[in-house]
Amino acid sequence: MFRKFGKFLLFLYELFTRRESLKVYWKRFIDECMMIGVDSLLIVCIVAFFIGAVTCVQINANLVSPLIPTYIVSNIVRDMMLLELSSTFMCVILAGKVGSNIASELGTMRITEQVEALEVMGINAASYLVLPKVLAAFVMFPVLSVLSGFIGIVGGYIAGTATGIITPEQYIYGIRFSFIPFNMVIPIIKSAVFGILIATISAYKGFYTRGGALEVGKVSTTAVTNSCIAILIADYLLAELLT
Amino acid sequence: MIEIKNISKSFNGRKVLDDISGVFRDGETSLVIGASGTGKSVLLKCMLDLVSPDTGEVFYDGREFLHKSEKERIDLRREMGVLFQGGALFDSQTVFQNVKFPLDMLTKQSEAEKRDRVEFCLKRVGLEAAGSRMPSEISGGMKKRVGIARAIVLNPKYLFCDEPNSGLDPLTSIKIDELIQEITQEYGTTTVVITHDMNSVLSIGQNIKFLYQGKKIWEGDSNSILTTHLQELDEFVFSNHALKQLRG
Repeated sequence: MFRKFGKFLLFLYELFTRRESLKVYWKRFIDECMMIGVDSLLIVCIVAFFIGAVTCVQINANLVSPLIPTYIVSNIVRDMMLLELSSTFMCVILAGKVGSNIASELGTMRITEQVEALEVMGINAASYLVLPKVLAAFVMFPVLSVLSGFIGIVGGYIAGTATGIITPEQYIYGIRFSFIPFNMVIPIIKSAVFGILIATISAYKGFYTRGGALEVGKVSTTAVTNSCIAILIADYLLAELLT
Repeated sequence: MIEIKNISKSFNGRKVLDDISGVFRDGETSLVIGASGTGKSVLLKCMLDLVSPDTGEVFYDGREFLHKSEKERIDLRREMGVLFQGGALFDSQTVFQNVKFPLDMLTKQSEAEKRDRVEFCLKRVGLEAAGSRMPSEISGGMKKRVGIARAIVLNPKYLFCDEPNSGLDPLTSIKIDELIQEITQEYGTTTVVITHDMNSVLSIGQNIKFLYQGKKIWEGDSNSILTTHLQELDEFVFSNHALKQLRG
């Protein structure tokens, strides 16, 4: 295990050695932002909307007390979305989409000798292929996280007001009630860290694939499970550090 | 000229290459032949430093390769062109972009110069009309030709081809062999071809090295391979029924 972790660290070091020109990275970075960010918009919006809606309904169902004002429902939706669901939950979902995509792409490139083709040209394949993915994940995951937080709160609003759980005024009041601005920063920090974890772990797994199509499938699955475990551990550490 | 000296390589205690030495001359198509699993591709990867040999040295025109600094090795690698077994084309790029890729990454040529060079190389391999197609849209033989075009786009001194005929029909195989030989003679490259295809051996084998269980046990040319009486070589060469009948 320590050996593997050491190899992982060396892989990360390799990303920053023998870099290509910025122009090369910029083009690849934009392509990766499209793949990681833009292509994930739909799934993020759908998931976030329903998480917000379900959270609103569930909180209302479980907070039945005349002593608790109704606006607390939207207040809890807001905090849950900002502190946990828009970052951790969303990144676990994205680990499945983006992580498996990165691992299978690099794994296929490895077994079809495309990685070797880069290396014989004297190009640092790890840096050329992986660094733009890591940077794109670092930039796009916070964007997706902020978006999912917003969509989730909107989902809660629509579910709450459409079913008569809460009035629009109460929902808006609850959203604004005892708001801590720093809570907006927490999902950005968390999702940036999770983005780096997903991209590096998945890329590491894919980059060192050996074998054939069967192994590509296996590393893809391993990349997702390892990314999810890393997200959960990092989530706990960040929760301790940031709150 | 490429010279290899005492190359040995083991994987998990199993010796795949055992003390292999030899010379690959300029303007000549040198073949490394042998049955599957005899270490041909590992030898090629050792020569390219994609796999580090346990012992041995590789010299490119007298310049030692394996123990040089990383920068010097990268500079030397830029004098090499490699055709991989499956072509190793980048799936996300068109044929034109694949061939242009080394120029984009390794030269400071203008776009017009790059375009001219790519068009020339594609024309050289007979694929001038296929530039806009994706690798998934072309046949196996075309992929090999695109691979050759990409390998020669930087005017390499050394050309390596790993099983250029694998998965191809006999007619396409012959065309690929002819193309490799023409390029070798035209540009005076030192060409190393890894193959187990006897048609290639007989048609383009100017210098042939036969590997058996990780050892080089015979060296000669396409004429002498049919007349040499060495049991291991005979088994390999005359496994082809037609050749066996020809020999009588």
